[in-house]
Amino acid sequence: MAEKALVLAEVSEGELRNVSFEVIAAGRKVVGDNEVVALLCGDDVSAFSETLIHHGADRVILAEHEDLQNYTTDAYKQAIEQVIEAESPDALLFPHTSPGKDVAPRIATKLDSGLVSDVVELEVDGDEVVFTRPIYSGKAFEKKNVPGSPIFATFRPNNIPPLEADSSRTGETSEVAVEIKDLRTVIKDVIKKTSGGVDLSEASVIVAGGRGVKSAEGFEPLYELADVLGGAVGASRGASDAEYCEYSLQIGQTGKVVTPDLYIAVGISGAIQHLAGMSNSKCIVAINKDAEAPIFDIADYSLTGDLFEIVPLLTEEFKKVKAEA
Amino acid sequence: MNIYVVMKRTFDTEEKVEINDGVIDEEGAEFVINPYDEYAIEEAIVLKETHGGEVTVVTVGDEEAEKELRTALAMGADKAVLLDTEDLDGEMDHYTISEMLGAYFQDKAYDIILGGNVAVDDGAGQTAPRLAEKLGINQLTTITKLDIEGTTATIERDIEGDQEIVEAELPLLVTCQQGLNEPRYPSLPGIMKAKKKPLDTLDLDDLDLDEDDLEAKTKTVDRFLPPEKEAGKKLEGEPAEQVEELVNLLRNEAKVI
Repeated sequence: MAEKALVLAEVSEGELRNVSFEVIAAGRKVVGDNEVVALLCGDDVSAFSETLIHHGADRVILAEHEDLQNYTTDAYKQAIEQVIEAESPDALLFPHTSPGKDVAPRIATKLDSGLVSDVVELEVDGDEVVFTRPIYSGKAFEKKNVPGSPIFATFRPNNIPPLEADSSRTGETSEVAVEIKDLRTVIKDVIKKTSGGVDLSEASVIVAGGRGVKSAEGFEPLYELADVLGGAVGASRGASDAEYCEYSLQIGQTGKVVTPDLYIAVGISGAIQHLAGMSNSKCIVAINKDAEAPIFDIADYSLTGDLFEIVPLLTEEFKKVKAEA
Repeated sequence: MNIYVVMKRTFDTEEKVEINDGVIDEEGAEFVINPYDEYAIEEAIVLKETHGGEVTVVTVGDEEAEKELRTALAMGADKAVLLDTEDLDGEMDHYTISEMLGAYFQDKAYDIILGGNVAVDDGAGQTAPRLAEKLGINQLTTITKLDIEGTTATIERDIEGDQEIVEAELPLLVTCQQGLNEPRYPSLPGIMKAKKKPLDTLDLDDLDLDEDDLEAKTKTVDRFLPPEKEAGKKLEGEPAEQVEELVNLLRNEAKVI
Protein backbone atom coordinates (compact mmCIF):
# COMPACT_ATOMS: atom_id res chain seq x y z
CA MET A 1 0.00 0.00 0.00
CA ALA A 2 1.25 3.48 -0.84
CA GLU A 3 2.71 5.31 2.14
CA LYS A 4 2.01 8.89 1.33
CA ALA A 5 -0.50 10.38 -1.08
CA LEU A 6 -0.09 13.98 -2.11
CA VAL A 7 -3.43 15.29 -3.32
CA LEU A 8 -3.91 18.64 -5.00
CA ALA A 9 -6.76 20.71 -3.60
CA GLU A 10 -8.20 23.55 -5.63
CA VAL A 11 -9.78 26.88 -4.81
CA SER A 12 -11.98 28.68 -7.29
CA GLU A 13 -13.70 32.02 -6.72
CA GLY A 14 -12.82 32.06 -3.06
CA GLU A 15 -14.10 28.58 -2.29
CA LEU A 16 -12.66 25.09 -2.17
CA ARG A 17 -13.86 23.09 -5.12
CA ASN A 18 -15.65 19.86 -4.20
CA VAL A 19 -13.19 17.89 -6.26
CA SER A 20 -10.64 18.68 -3.52
CA PHE A 21 -12.61 16.44 -1.14
CA GLU A 22 -12.97 13.82 -3.84
CA VAL A 23 -9.19 13.54 -4.37
CA ILE A 24 -8.73 13.34 -0.59
CA ALA A 25 -11.21 10.42 -0.55
CA ALA A 26 -9.29 8.79 -3.40
CA GLY A 27 -6.06 9.33 -1.46
CA ARG A 28 -7.55 7.65 1.60
CA LYS A 29 -8.43 4.60 -0.48
CA VAL A 30 -4.92 4.45 -1.95
CA VAL A 31 -2.99 4.76 1.34
CA GLY A 32 -5.36 3.16 3.86
CA ASP A 33 -4.13 4.18 7.31
CA ASN A 34 -1.05 5.89 5.90
CA GLU A 35 -0.80 9.58 5.23
CA VAL A 36 -2.92 11.76 2.96
CA VAL A 37 -1.30 15.17 2.49
CA ALA A 38 -3.33 17.89 0.78
CA LEU A 39 -1.48 20.60 -1.10
CA LEU A 40 -3.22 23.89 -1.67
CA CYS A 41 -1.62 26.54 -3.88
CA GLY A 42 -2.80 30.15 -3.99
CA ASP A 43 -2.27 33.66 -2.79
CA ASP A 44 -4.27 33.66 0.43
CA VAL A 45 -5.65 30.21 1.13
CA SER A 46 -4.81 29.42 4.76
CA ALA A 47 -8.48 29.68 5.78
CA PHE A 48 -9.23 26.44 3.93
CA SER A 49 -6.82 24.08 5.63
CA GLU A 50 -9.18 23.10 8.45
CA THR A 51 -11.92 22.13 5.99
CA LEU A 52 -9.48 19.89 4.12
CA ILE A 53 -8.59 18.14 7.37
CA HIS A 54 -12.26 17.74 8.30
CA HIS A 55 -12.76 16.03 4.94
CA GLY A 56 -10.05 13.48 5.58
CA ALA A 57 -6.62 15.03 4.95
CA ASP A 58 -4.07 14.12 7.63
CA ARG A 59 -1.91 17.10 6.91
CA VAL A 60 -2.14 20.24 4.78
CA ILE A 61 0.64 22.05 2.98
CA LEU A 62 -0.04 25.62 1.94
CA ALA A 63 2.03 27.05 -0.89
CA GLU A 64 1.18 30.73 -0.79
CA HIS A 65 2.69 33.10 -3.30
CA GLU A 66 1.32 36.04 -5.25
CA ASP A 67 2.16 34.25 -8.50
CA LEU A 68 -0.12 31.38 -7.48
CA GLN A 69 -3.24 33.51 -7.28
CA ASN A 70 -4.09 32.64 -10.88
CA TYR A 71 -3.03 29.41 -12.47
CA THR A 72 -0.12 29.42 -14.87
CA THR A 73 1.69 26.28 -15.94
CA ASP A 74 5.13 27.53 -14.90
CA ALA A 75 4.16 28.82 -11.46
CA TYR A 76 2.11 25.80 -10.44
CA LYS A 77 4.58 23.32 -11.84
CA GLN A 78 7.43 24.92 -9.89
CA ALA A 79 5.44 25.02 -6.65
CA ILE A 80 4.17 21.43 -6.94
CA GLU A 81 7.58 20.09 -7.90
CA GLN A 82 9.19 21.73 -4.89
CA VAL A 83 6.63 20.11 -2.59
CA ILE A 84 7.09 16.71 -4.27
CA GLU A 85 10.84 17.07 -3.84
CA ALA A 86 10.45 17.78 -0.11
CA GLU A 87 7.74 15.19 0.58
CA SER A 88 8.61 12.27 -1.73
CA PRO A 89 5.02 11.00 -1.99
CA ASP A 90 4.48 7.63 -3.66
CA ALA A 91 1.00 8.57 -4.89
CA LEU A 92 -0.04 11.79 -6.63
CA LEU A 93 -3.75 12.43 -7.08
CA PHE A 94 -4.88 15.60 -8.85
CA PRO A 95 -8.25 16.90 -10.03
CA HIS A 96 -8.93 16.49 -13.75
CA THR A 97 -9.79 20.17 -14.00
CA SER A 98 -8.39 22.93 -16.18
CA PRO A 99 -5.28 23.34 -13.94
CA GLY A 100 -4.93 19.64 -13.13
CA LYS A 101 -5.10 18.55 -16.77
CA ASP A 102 -2.59 21.20 -17.74
CA VAL A 103 0.07 20.53 -15.13
CA ALA A 104 -0.15 16.78 -14.38
CA PRO A 105 1.29 15.52 -17.70
CA ARG A 106 4.24 17.90 -17.34
CA ILE A 107 4.99 16.72 -13.82
CA ALA A 108 4.65 13.08 -14.90
CA THR A 109 7.14 13.72 -17.69
CA LYS A 110 9.56 15.42 -15.31
CA LEU A 111 9.26 12.46 -12.90
CA ASP A 112 9.54 10.00 -15.80
CA SER A 113 6.31 8.48 -14.57
CA GLY A 114 3.05 7.12 -15.91
CA LEU A 115 -0.19 9.02 -15.49
CA VAL A 116 -3.80 7.85 -15.70
CA SER A 117 -6.06 10.78 -16.67
CA ASP A 118 -9.75 11.43 -16.11
CA VAL A 119 -10.41 8.66 -13.61
CA VAL A 120 -13.99 8.01 -12.48
CA GLU A 121 -13.42 5.06 -10.16
CA LEU A 122 -10.61 3.29 -8.33
CA GLU A 123 -10.13 -0.10 -6.72
CA VAL A 124 -7.34 -0.89 -4.32
CA ASP A 125 -6.12 -4.40 -3.71
CA GLY A 126 -3.04 -4.37 -1.51
CA ASP A 127 -0.33 -2.59 -3.46
CA GLU A 128 -2.26 -2.54 -6.67
CA VAL A 129 -4.44 0.42 -7.55
CA VAL A 130 -6.64 0.00 -10.61
CA PHE A 131 -8.19 3.11 -12.12
CA THR A 132 -11.29 3.11 -14.32
CA ARG A 133 -11.62 5.81 -16.96
CA PRO A 134 -13.98 6.46 -19.85
CA ILE A 135 -12.70 6.14 -23.42
CA TYR A 136 -14.36 6.89 -26.76
CA SER A 137 -16.29 9.72 -25.09
CA GLY A 138 -17.85 7.42 -22.52
CA LYS A 139 -18.92 4.75 -25.00
CA ALA A 140 -16.47 2.37 -23.34
CA PHE A 141 -14.24 2.19 -20.25
CA GLU A 142 -10.74 0.99 -19.53
CA LYS A 143 -9.01 -0.10 -16.36
CA LYS A 144 -5.40 0.95 -15.97
CA ASN A 145 -2.66 0.82 -13.40
CA VAL A 146 0.71 2.46 -12.98
CA PRO A 147 3.31 -0.26 -12.37
CA GLY A 148 6.12 2.15 -11.36
CA SER A 149 6.30 4.79 -8.66
CA PRO A 150 4.72 7.22 -8.02
CA ILE A 151 1.16 6.14 -8.70
CA PHE A 152 -0.21 9.17 -10.57
CA ALA A 153 -3.80 9.90 -11.62
CA THR A 154 -6.20 12.78 -12.25
CA PHE A 155 -9.85 12.49 -11.21
CA ARG A 156 -12.93 13.68 -13.05
CA PRO A 157 -15.02 15.90 -10.72
CA ASN A 158 -18.26 14.52 -9.31
CA ASN A 159 -17.37 10.83 -9.46
CA ILE A 160 -15.45 9.73 -6.34
CA PRO A 161 -17.73 10.12 -3.30
CA PRO A 162 -16.12 12.47 -0.76
CA LEU A 163 -15.76 11.36 2.87
CA GLU A 164 -18.24 12.65 5.40
CA ALA A 165 -16.87 15.83 7.00
CA ASP A 166 -15.82 15.31 10.62
CA SER A 167 -15.22 18.56 12.49
CA SER A 168 -13.44 16.74 15.32
CA ARG A 169 -10.56 15.73 13.04
CA THR A 170 -7.31 17.57 13.61
CA GLY A 171 -4.08 17.74 11.67
CA GLU A 172 -1.01 19.81 11.09
CA THR A 173 -0.88 22.65 8.57
CA SER A 174 2.45 23.86 7.31
CA GLU A 175 3.37 26.67 5.00
CA VAL A 176 6.12 26.19 2.46
CA ALA A 177 8.02 29.05 0.93
CA VAL A 178 8.08 28.19 -2.75
CA GLU A 179 10.46 29.86 -5.15
CA ILE A 180 8.83 30.90 -8.39
CA LYS A 181 10.77 32.42 -11.23
CA ASP A 182 11.01 32.92 -14.99
CA LEU A 183 7.28 32.89 -15.65
CA ARG A 184 6.63 32.71 -19.36
CA THR A 185 2.92 33.44 -19.43
CA VAL A 186 1.43 36.80 -18.53
CA ILE A 187 -2.27 36.79 -17.67
CA LYS A 188 -3.86 39.93 -19.07
CA ASP A 189 -7.47 39.36 -18.15
CA VAL A 190 -9.98 36.74 -17.06
CA ILE A 191 -13.53 37.20 -18.30
CA LYS A 192 -16.14 35.31 -16.31
CA LYS A 193 -18.70 33.67 -18.54
CA THR A 194 -20.00 30.90 -16.37
CA SER A 195 -23.48 31.31 -15.00
CA GLY A 196 -24.37 32.00 -11.41
CA GLY A 197 -21.18 30.55 -10.01
CA VAL A 198 -22.26 26.91 -10.42
CA ASP A 199 -19.56 25.21 -12.42
CA LEU A 200 -20.94 22.85 -15.08
CA SER A 201 -18.38 20.12 -14.44
CA GLU A 202 -19.19 20.05 -10.73
CA ALA A 203 -22.91 20.86 -10.81
CA SER A 204 -25.12 18.19 -9.26
CA VAL A 205 -28.06 19.34 -11.37
CA ILE A 206 -27.83 20.47 -15.00
CA VAL A 207 -30.64 21.85 -17.13
CA ALA A 208 -29.49 21.70 -20.76
CA GLY A 209 -31.19 23.23 -23.77
CA GLY A 210 -31.03 22.25 -27.42
CA ARG A 211 -32.27 23.57 -30.74
CA GLY A 212 -35.82 23.08 -29.54
CA VAL A 213 -35.33 26.05 -27.19
CA LYS A 214 -35.34 28.18 -30.38
CA SER A 215 -33.68 31.39 -29.15
CA ALA A 216 -31.55 33.05 -26.49
CA GLU A 217 -34.78 34.22 -24.82
CA GLY A 218 -35.97 30.63 -24.89
CA PHE A 219 -33.18 29.80 -22.46
CA GLU A 220 -34.67 32.08 -19.77
CA PRO A 221 -37.07 29.46 -18.34
CA LEU A 222 -34.16 27.00 -18.24
CA TYR A 223 -32.16 29.42 -16.08
CA GLU A 224 -35.14 29.79 -13.77
CA LEU A 225 -35.46 26.03 -13.42
CA ALA A 226 -31.71 25.66 -12.79
CA ASP A 227 -31.90 28.40 -10.16
CA VAL A 228 -34.62 26.64 -8.21
CA LEU A 229 -32.60 23.41 -8.24
CA GLY A 230 -29.27 25.10 -7.44
CA GLY A 231 -27.95 23.81 -10.73
CA ALA A 232 -26.22 25.06 -13.85
CA VAL A 233 -27.40 25.56 -17.42
CA GLY A 234 -25.80 23.68 -20.29
CA ALA A 235 -26.48 23.35 -24.00
CA SER A 236 -26.17 21.07 -26.97
CA ARG A 237 -23.90 21.94 -29.86
CA GLY A 238 -26.98 22.79 -31.91
CA ALA A 239 -27.98 25.47 -29.43
CA SER A 240 -24.52 26.99 -29.12
CA ASP A 241 -23.92 26.90 -32.88
CA ALA A 242 -27.20 28.75 -33.30
CA GLU A 243 -25.88 31.28 -30.75
CA TYR A 244 -28.69 30.78 -28.27
CA CYS A 245 -25.93 30.67 -25.64
CA GLU A 246 -22.15 30.77 -25.10
CA TYR A 247 -19.95 27.98 -26.44
CA SER A 248 -18.72 27.58 -22.88
CA LEU A 249 -22.05 25.96 -21.99
CA GLN A 250 -21.72 23.25 -24.61
CA ILE A 251 -21.91 19.66 -23.42
CA GLY A 252 -20.84 16.79 -25.62
CA GLN A 253 -18.06 15.41 -27.75
CA THR A 254 -16.70 18.89 -28.41
CA GLY A 255 -17.48 20.61 -25.18
CA LYS A 256 -17.79 19.50 -21.62
CA VAL A 257 -18.28 16.03 -20.26
CA VAL A 258 -20.56 16.07 -17.24
CA THR A 259 -21.86 13.52 -14.74
CA PRO A 260 -24.42 15.30 -12.54
CA ASP A 261 -26.92 13.52 -10.29
CA LEU A 262 -29.75 14.96 -12.38
CA TYR A 263 -29.56 15.96 -16.05
CA ILE A 264 -32.63 17.57 -17.58
CA ALA A 265 -32.39 17.64 -21.38
CA VAL A 266 -34.79 20.23 -22.77
CA GLY A 267 -35.49 20.30 -26.50
CA ILE A 268 -32.40 18.20 -27.18
CA SER A 269 -32.88 15.45 -29.76
CA GLY A 270 -29.90 13.46 -28.49
CA ALA A 271 -27.29 13.29 -31.25
CA ILE A 272 -24.55 10.80 -30.45
CA GLN A 273 -22.05 13.68 -29.96
CA HIS A 274 -24.24 15.14 -27.24
CA LEU A 275 -24.79 11.79 -25.54
CA ALA A 276 -21.00 11.45 -25.31
CA GLY A 277 -20.96 14.37 -22.91
CA MET A 278 -23.79 13.41 -20.58
CA SER A 279 -24.83 9.78 -20.90
CA ASN A 280 -23.11 8.84 -17.62
CA SER A 281 -25.29 11.23 -15.63
CA LYS A 282 -26.92 9.45 -12.71
CA CYS A 283 -30.51 10.35 -13.62
CA ILE A 284 -31.58 11.70 -17.01
CA VAL A 285 -34.86 13.49 -17.69
CA ALA A 286 -35.77 14.35 -21.28
CA ILE A 287 -38.38 16.86 -22.35
CA ASN A 288 -39.14 16.86 -26.06
CA LYS A 289 -42.12 17.31 -28.31
CA ASP A 290 -40.90 14.59 -30.66
CA ALA A 291 -41.88 11.25 -29.12
CA GLU A 292 -39.30 9.54 -31.35
CA ALA A 293 -36.33 11.68 -30.25
CA PRO A 294 -33.25 9.48 -29.59
CA ILE A 295 -32.70 11.20 -26.22
CA PHE A 296 -35.71 9.21 -24.95
CA ASP A 297 -33.76 5.96 -25.47
CA ILE A 298 -31.32 6.85 -22.73
CA ALA A 299 -33.59 8.93 -20.47
CA ASP A 300 -34.78 7.55 -17.15
CA TYR A 301 -37.90 9.70 -17.36
CA SER A 302 -39.35 11.04 -20.60
CA LEU A 303 -41.85 13.85 -20.89
CA THR A 304 -43.46 14.42 -24.27
CA GLY A 305 -44.81 17.86 -24.97
CA ASP A 306 -44.11 21.55 -25.40
CA LEU A 307 -41.06 22.53 -23.41
CA PHE A 308 -42.28 26.14 -23.08
CA GLU A 309 -45.28 24.79 -21.21
CA ILE A 310 -43.55 22.02 -19.26
CA VAL A 311 -40.41 23.83 -18.02
CA PRO A 312 -42.23 26.68 -16.20
CA LEU A 313 -44.64 24.13 -14.68
CA LEU A 314 -41.66 22.14 -13.48
CA THR A 315 -40.10 25.25 -11.94
CA GLU A 316 -43.35 25.97 -10.08
CA GLU A 317 -43.66 22.37 -8.90
CA PHE A 318 -40.10 22.33 -7.55
CA LYS A 319 -40.73 25.67 -5.82
CA LYS A 320 -43.77 24.16 -4.13
CA VAL A 321 -41.81 21.10 -3.02
CA LYS A 322 -39.01 23.31 -1.68
CA ALA A 323 -41.46 25.47 0.23
CA GLU A 324 -42.95 22.37 1.88
CA ALA A 325 -39.54 21.00 2.87
CA MET B 1 7.63 30.90 -39.32
CA ASN B 2 8.29 27.24 -38.57
CA ILE B 3 4.91 25.79 -37.72
CA TYR B 4 4.36 22.22 -36.57
CA VAL B 5 1.18 20.31 -35.84
CA VAL B 6 1.03 17.09 -33.84
CA MET B 7 -1.91 15.04 -35.02
CA LYS B 8 -3.64 11.78 -34.16
CA ARG B 9 -5.65 9.45 -36.31
CA THR B 10 -8.74 8.42 -34.37
CA PHE B 11 -11.72 6.18 -34.56
CA ASP B 12 -14.67 8.12 -35.94
CA THR B 13 -16.75 8.75 -32.85
CA GLU B 14 -20.00 8.13 -34.68
CA GLU B 15 -18.90 4.52 -34.87
CA LYS B 16 -20.33 1.98 -32.50
CA VAL B 17 -17.60 0.71 -30.20
CA GLU B 18 -17.25 -3.03 -29.85
CA ILE B 19 -14.85 -4.86 -27.58
CA ASN B 20 -13.66 -8.44 -27.91
CA ASP B 21 -11.55 -9.84 -25.07
CA GLY B 22 -10.60 -6.39 -23.85
CA VAL B 23 -9.54 -5.21 -27.32
CA ILE B 24 -11.41 -2.53 -29.25
CA ASP B 25 -12.67 -4.02 -32.51
CA GLU B 26 -11.42 -1.73 -35.29
CA GLU B 27 -12.50 -4.00 -38.10
CA GLY B 28 -14.30 -1.96 -40.73
CA ALA B 29 -14.42 1.18 -38.56
CA GLU B 30 -13.98 4.61 -40.13
CA PHE B 31 -10.93 6.61 -39.05
CA VAL B 32 -10.55 10.37 -39.16
CA ILE B 33 -8.21 13.16 -38.07
CA ASN B 34 -8.96 13.77 -34.39
CA PRO B 35 -11.50 16.65 -34.55
CA TYR B 36 -9.48 18.85 -32.16
CA ASP B 37 -6.38 18.30 -34.28
CA GLU B 38 -8.31 19.63 -37.27
CA TYR B 39 -8.53 22.95 -35.44
CA ALA B 40 -4.76 22.79 -34.99
CA ILE B 41 -4.16 22.10 -38.68
CA GLU B 42 -6.50 24.91 -39.72
CA GLU B 43 -4.86 27.38 -37.34
CA ALA B 44 -1.41 26.37 -38.58
CA ILE B 45 -2.44 27.05 -42.17
CA VAL B 46 -3.92 30.43 -41.19
CA LEU B 47 -0.64 31.32 -39.43
CA LYS B 48 1.28 30.43 -42.57
CA GLU B 49 -1.09 32.48 -44.73
CA THR B 50 -0.59 35.46 -42.40
CA HIS B 51 3.09 35.22 -41.56
CA GLY B 52 4.58 33.00 -44.25
CA GLY B 53 6.65 29.93 -43.45
CA GLU B 54 5.97 26.26 -43.53
CA VAL B 55 3.52 23.84 -41.89
CA THR B 56 4.68 20.33 -41.00
CA VAL B 57 2.18 17.81 -39.65
CA VAL B 58 3.60 15.02 -37.51
CA THR B 59 1.87 11.88 -36.28
CA VAL B 60 2.82 8.75 -34.40
CA GLY B 61 1.28 5.59 -35.78
CA ASP B 62 1.46 2.97 -38.47
CA GLU B 63 1.22 3.28 -42.24
CA GLU B 64 -2.58 3.48 -42.00
CA ALA B 65 -2.11 7.03 -40.72
CA GLU B 66 -0.75 8.10 -44.12
CA LYS B 67 -4.35 8.65 -45.23
CA GLU B 68 -4.98 11.27 -42.52
CA LEU B 69 -1.57 12.86 -43.18
CA ARG B 70 -2.52 13.22 -46.86
CA THR B 71 -5.78 14.85 -45.79
CA ALA B 72 -3.77 17.37 -43.73
CA LEU B 73 -1.56 18.04 -46.77
CA ALA B 74 -4.68 18.50 -48.89
CA MET B 75 -5.98 21.07 -46.41
CA GLY B 76 -2.78 23.03 -46.99
CA ALA B 77 0.06 21.69 -44.84
CA ASP B 78 3.41 21.55 -46.65
CA LYS B 79 5.01 18.44 -45.23
CA ALA B 80 3.96 15.36 -43.34
CA VAL B 81 5.96 13.07 -41.10
CA LEU B 82 4.97 9.65 -39.83
CA LEU B 83 6.83 8.40 -36.76
CA ASP B 84 6.34 4.72 -37.37
CA THR B 85 5.43 2.45 -34.47
CA GLU B 86 5.80 -0.74 -36.49
CA ASP B 87 8.83 -1.84 -34.41
CA LEU B 88 6.92 -1.54 -31.15
CA ASP B 89 5.29 -4.74 -29.95
CA GLY B 90 4.12 -3.88 -26.47
CA GLU B 91 1.52 -1.47 -25.19
CA MET B 92 2.00 2.20 -26.00
CA ASP B 93 0.87 5.04 -23.78
CA HIS B 94 1.31 8.80 -23.63
CA TYR B 95 4.82 8.33 -22.34
CA THR B 96 5.72 6.26 -25.41
CA ILE B 97 4.16 8.70 -27.86
CA SER B 98 5.65 11.82 -26.28
CA GLU B 99 9.11 10.21 -26.14
CA MET B 100 8.91 9.56 -29.89
CA LEU B 101 7.69 13.08 -30.60
CA GLY B 102 10.36 14.50 -28.29
CA ALA B 103 13.06 12.62 -30.18
CA TYR B 104 11.73 13.95 -33.48
CA PHE B 105 11.61 17.57 -32.32
CA GLN B 106 15.00 17.49 -30.62
CA ASP B 107 16.89 18.90 -33.60
CA LYS B 108 14.05 20.91 -35.15
CA ALA B 109 13.75 24.67 -35.19
CA TYR B 110 10.14 25.45 -34.31
CA ASP B 111 8.35 28.68 -33.52
CA ILE B 112 5.07 27.09 -32.59
CA ILE B 113 3.72 23.56 -32.15
CA LEU B 114 -0.05 23.10 -32.29
CA GLY B 115 -2.13 20.11 -31.23
CA GLY B 116 -5.67 19.25 -30.25
CA ASN B 117 -6.51 19.69 -26.59
CA VAL B 118 -7.62 16.09 -26.35
CA ALA B 119 -8.04 13.07 -28.63
CA VAL B 120 -11.63 11.90 -28.78
CA ASP B 121 -10.77 8.21 -28.56
CA ASP B 122 -8.51 8.19 -25.53
CA GLY B 123 -9.63 11.46 -23.97
CA ALA B 124 -6.58 12.02 -21.77
CA GLY B 125 -4.98 15.14 -23.24
CA GLN B 126 -1.52 14.15 -22.03
CA THR B 127 0.60 14.00 -25.14
CA ALA B 128 0.95 17.70 -25.97
CA PRO B 129 1.84 18.90 -22.42
CA ARG B 130 4.23 15.98 -22.09
CA LEU B 131 5.91 17.04 -25.34
CA ALA B 132 6.19 20.66 -24.16
CA GLU B 133 7.86 19.43 -20.98
CA LYS B 134 10.27 17.21 -22.95
CA LEU B 135 11.23 20.23 -25.04
CA GLY B 136 11.31 22.59 -22.06
CA ILE B 137 8.99 25.08 -23.74
CA ASN B 138 5.97 26.99 -22.51
CA GLN B 139 2.46 25.71 -23.20
CA LEU B 140 -1.02 27.16 -23.38
CA THR B 141 -3.84 24.64 -23.49
CA THR B 142 -7.46 24.88 -24.70
CA ILE B 143 -6.95 28.03 -26.76
CA THR B 144 -9.82 29.70 -28.62
CA LYS B 145 -7.94 32.61 -30.23
CA LEU B 146 -4.37 33.10 -31.37
CA ASP B 147 -2.64 36.24 -32.65
CA ILE B 148 1.07 36.44 -33.21
CA GLU B 149 3.00 39.65 -33.64
CA GLY B 150 6.75 39.39 -33.95
CA THR B 151 7.62 36.78 -31.34
CA THR B 152 4.72 37.52 -29.00
CA ALA B 153 1.53 35.48 -28.99
CA THR B 154 -1.70 36.90 -27.61
CA ILE B 155 -4.03 34.07 -26.77
CA GLU B 156 -7.52 33.49 -25.46
CA ARG B 157 -8.02 30.31 -23.46
CA ASP B 158 -11.19 28.54 -22.47
CA ILE B 159 -10.75 27.72 -18.79
CA GLU B 160 -13.82 25.68 -17.89
CA GLY B 161 -16.13 28.14 -19.53
CA ASP B 162 -14.39 31.35 -18.51
CA GLN B 163 -12.13 33.19 -20.87
CA GLU B 164 -8.52 33.98 -20.03
CA ILE B 165 -6.42 36.36 -22.10
CA VAL B 166 -2.69 35.79 -21.93
CA GLU B 167 0.56 36.79 -23.57
CA ALA B 168 3.54 34.54 -24.12
CA GLU B 169 6.70 34.51 -26.17
CA LEU B 170 7.51 32.01 -28.89
CA PRO B 171 8.54 29.20 -29.06
CA LEU B 172 5.32 27.86 -27.69
CA LEU B 173 3.13 24.78 -27.70
CA VAL B 174 -0.62 25.34 -27.83
CA THR B 175 -3.58 22.95 -27.74
CA CYS B 176 -6.70 23.88 -29.63
CA GLN B 177 -10.24 24.04 -28.34
CA GLN B 178 -13.49 24.24 -30.22
CA GLY B 179 -14.32 27.83 -31.17
CA LEU B 180 -10.78 28.59 -32.40
CA ASN B 181 -11.74 28.33 -36.08
CA GLU B 182 -13.75 26.40 -38.65
CA PRO B 183 -11.48 23.81 -40.27
CA ARG B 184 -11.59 23.96 -44.06
CA TYR B 185 -12.40 20.99 -46.23
CA PRO B 186 -9.65 19.87 -48.63
CA SER B 187 -10.31 21.32 -52.10
CA LEU B 188 -9.96 19.22 -55.23
CA PRO B 189 -6.77 21.05 -56.33
CA GLY B 190 -5.57 20.67 -52.74
CA ILE B 191 -6.07 16.92 -52.93
CA MET B 192 -4.18 16.77 -56.25
CA LYS B 193 -1.29 18.83 -54.86
CA ALA B 194 -1.15 16.74 -51.68
CA LYS B 195 -0.17 13.69 -53.67
CA LYS B 196 3.12 15.35 -54.58
CA LYS B 197 3.92 16.83 -51.20
CA PRO B 198 6.60 15.14 -49.08
CA LEU B 199 5.47 12.51 -46.58
CA ASP B 200 8.43 11.06 -44.67
CA THR B 201 8.37 7.97 -42.53
CA LEU B 202 10.84 7.70 -39.68
CA ASP B 203 11.34 4.51 -37.70
CA LEU B 204 12.89 4.04 -34.26
CA ASP B 205 16.41 3.86 -35.72
CA ASP B 206 15.90 7.16 -37.53
CA LEU B 207 14.83 8.69 -34.21
CA ASP B 208 17.77 7.11 -32.40
CA LEU B 209 15.39 5.36 -30.03
CA ASP B 210 15.35 1.86 -28.65
CA GLU B 211 12.20 -0.15 -28.06
CA ASP B 212 13.21 -0.66 -24.41
CA ASP B 213 13.18 3.11 -23.82
CA LEU B 214 9.59 3.37 -24.96
CA GLU B 215 7.89 0.86 -22.71
CA ALA B 216 4.55 2.20 -21.51
CA LYS B 217 4.49 3.51 -17.93
CA THR B 218 0.83 2.60 -17.52
CA LYS B 219 -0.76 -0.76 -18.14
CA THR B 220 -4.26 -1.45 -19.43
CA VAL B 221 -5.79 -4.35 -17.52
CA ASP B 222 -9.28 -4.33 -19.02
CA ARG B 223 -11.60 -2.60 -21.46
CA PHE B 224 -15.35 -2.95 -21.29
CA LEU B 225 -18.62 -1.47 -22.44
CA PRO B 226 -20.91 0.21 -19.94
CA PRO B 227 -23.96 -1.85 -18.94
CA GLU B 228 -26.90 -1.35 -21.28
CA LYS B 229 -29.27 1.19 -19.91
CA GLU B 230 -32.70 -0.11 -19.13
CA ALA B 231 -35.54 1.62 -20.89
CA GLY B 232 -36.80 4.51 -18.83
CA LYS B 233 -40.32 5.55 -17.98
CA LYS B 234 -42.41 7.48 -20.46
CA LEU B 235 -44.71 9.75 -18.53
CA GLU B 236 -48.15 10.32 -19.93
CA GLY B 237 -51.05 12.70 -19.66
CA GLU B 238 -51.39 16.45 -19.68
CA PRO B 239 -48.19 18.48 -19.11
CA ALA B 240 -49.22 19.32 -15.54
CA GLU B 241 -49.78 15.62 -14.78
CA GLN B 242 -46.45 14.62 -16.29
CA VAL B 243 -44.68 17.32 -14.28
CA GLU B 244 -46.31 16.27 -11.03
CA GLU B 245 -45.42 12.64 -11.62
CA LEU B 246 -41.85 13.52 -12.57
CA VAL B 247 -41.22 15.51 -9.40
CA ASN B 248 -42.67 12.67 -7.38
CA LEU B 249 -40.41 10.10 -9.14
CA LEU B 250 -37.32 12.26 -8.75
CA ARG B 251 -37.97 12.58 -5.03
CA ASN B 252 -39.12 9.09 -4.17
CA GLU B 253 -37.73 6.74 -6.80
CA ALA B 254 -34.53 8.27 -8.19
CA LYS B 255 -33.99 10.21 -4.93
CA VAL B 256 -31.92 12.87 -6.68
CA ILE B 257 -33.64 15.90 -5.20
